Amino acid sequence: MHEVATHAATHDDSKGQYFWVWGALLVLTAVEVVLGYKQIFEPVRMLEALLVLSIIKSALIIGYFMHLKFERAIMRWMLVLSVTACFIIMYFFFFPDAGRILRLGVQ
Amino acid sequence: MANATLEHDAVQHGLPGAYEAPLFGAYSKKVGMWLFLASDSLTFGALLFAFSYNRIYTAWPTPFHVESIINATIMTACLLSSSLTMVMAVFAAQRGDRAWTRNWLLATMVFGTAFIVLHGMEWSKLISEGLTIPGFPKPASAAAGELADISKNVPQFPATFFGLTAMHMLHVTIGVIYLGVVAFRKWFLPVLGVLWIAGYLLIPSENVFHYGIHALLIGLIISAVILFLKPKDYDANDVEVAGLYWHFVDLVWMFIFPLVYLMSTKIT
Repeated sequence: MHEVATHAATHDDSKGQYFWVWGALLVLTAVEVVLGYKQIFEPVRMLEALLVLSIIKSALIIGYFMHLKFERAIMRWMLVLSVTACFIIMYFFFFPDAGRILRLGVQ
Repeated sequence: MANATLEHDAVQHGLPGAYEAPLFGAYSKKVGMWLFLASDSLTFGALLFAFSYNRIYTAWPTPFHVESIINATIMTACLLSSSLTMVMAVFAAQRGDRAWTRNWLLATMVFGTAFIVLHGMEWSKLISEGLTIPGFPKPASAAAGELADISKNVPQFPATFFGLTAMHMLHVTIGVIYLGVVAFRKWFLPVLGVLWIAGYLLIPSENVFHYGIHALLIGLIISAVILFLKPKDYDANDVEVAGLYWHFVDLVWMFIFPLVYLMSTKIT
């Protein structure tokens, strides 16, 4: 608790960085909208580009707005690795089956 | 520093080992909220996977015209701005400025409410044009048209779209109520009650939100139980924990917006 209060005092001096993060998030959103609406890439490439932008945006929100960047390393790694591992497991459950349907054709 | 302080407390109380230093170096409420958010992210992850899985093997519609994309972009800006005001609320709470904590929390609630209203308008428009929710009554105007065809031919689209966005809208609503309770405590309960009654009376019965507004009643009951059973003055830590929840709601939308809206854009 005391540690949190110390962090707060440190970060209160640099509120400007949060405005920069907010600005960056708005700019990245604008880039996404342009990419989506102008359809610059083919759908699969578009999906990859949008996902990369979303991951960058979520990293900014988690790191700065949710202050995870300023937490202990063990907390950062435990949370990020456990959630990422769960998503990877979900991916391997869901998508090989979706690919199989694609190859066999929909009845 | 947290370790040193806690160990010092333990020595003072003469109970070595009773106050074990926390592994994460954070207070228990914050760790609890992080663990809840980690589990909740899997709920949304499963819904997003279900949405993506369906669109892989289906002739997926692209029903979102420019008006929908502009609307969803404004909604995104509202949520991003609400995260900034939430950060300001946490700072105000940590320096003990109660007035500005309340003001920033109120600003966050206004942005959150704007998001819900815009999303509700978008839903109502889509439903009236034929993108209907399975199991709910269909308005007369939804009988024919491009979106009615989509509902008939690709029912997975409205099912996954409404399922995913309803879950998110519910989270935003819970977030606004949570912030209202932290900012105004018992004074927020009558506001919630008036909003519920006004919404129920003013929203036409054929609109899905005529029923959805009851989420406010459930929120009112749960908030009242919490506030009367454990009345307390919420401190900076409570504001920070509420902020974690709010930012998570923002974070989830950063995936829903591109995957659901931008990947289904109608170019005209």
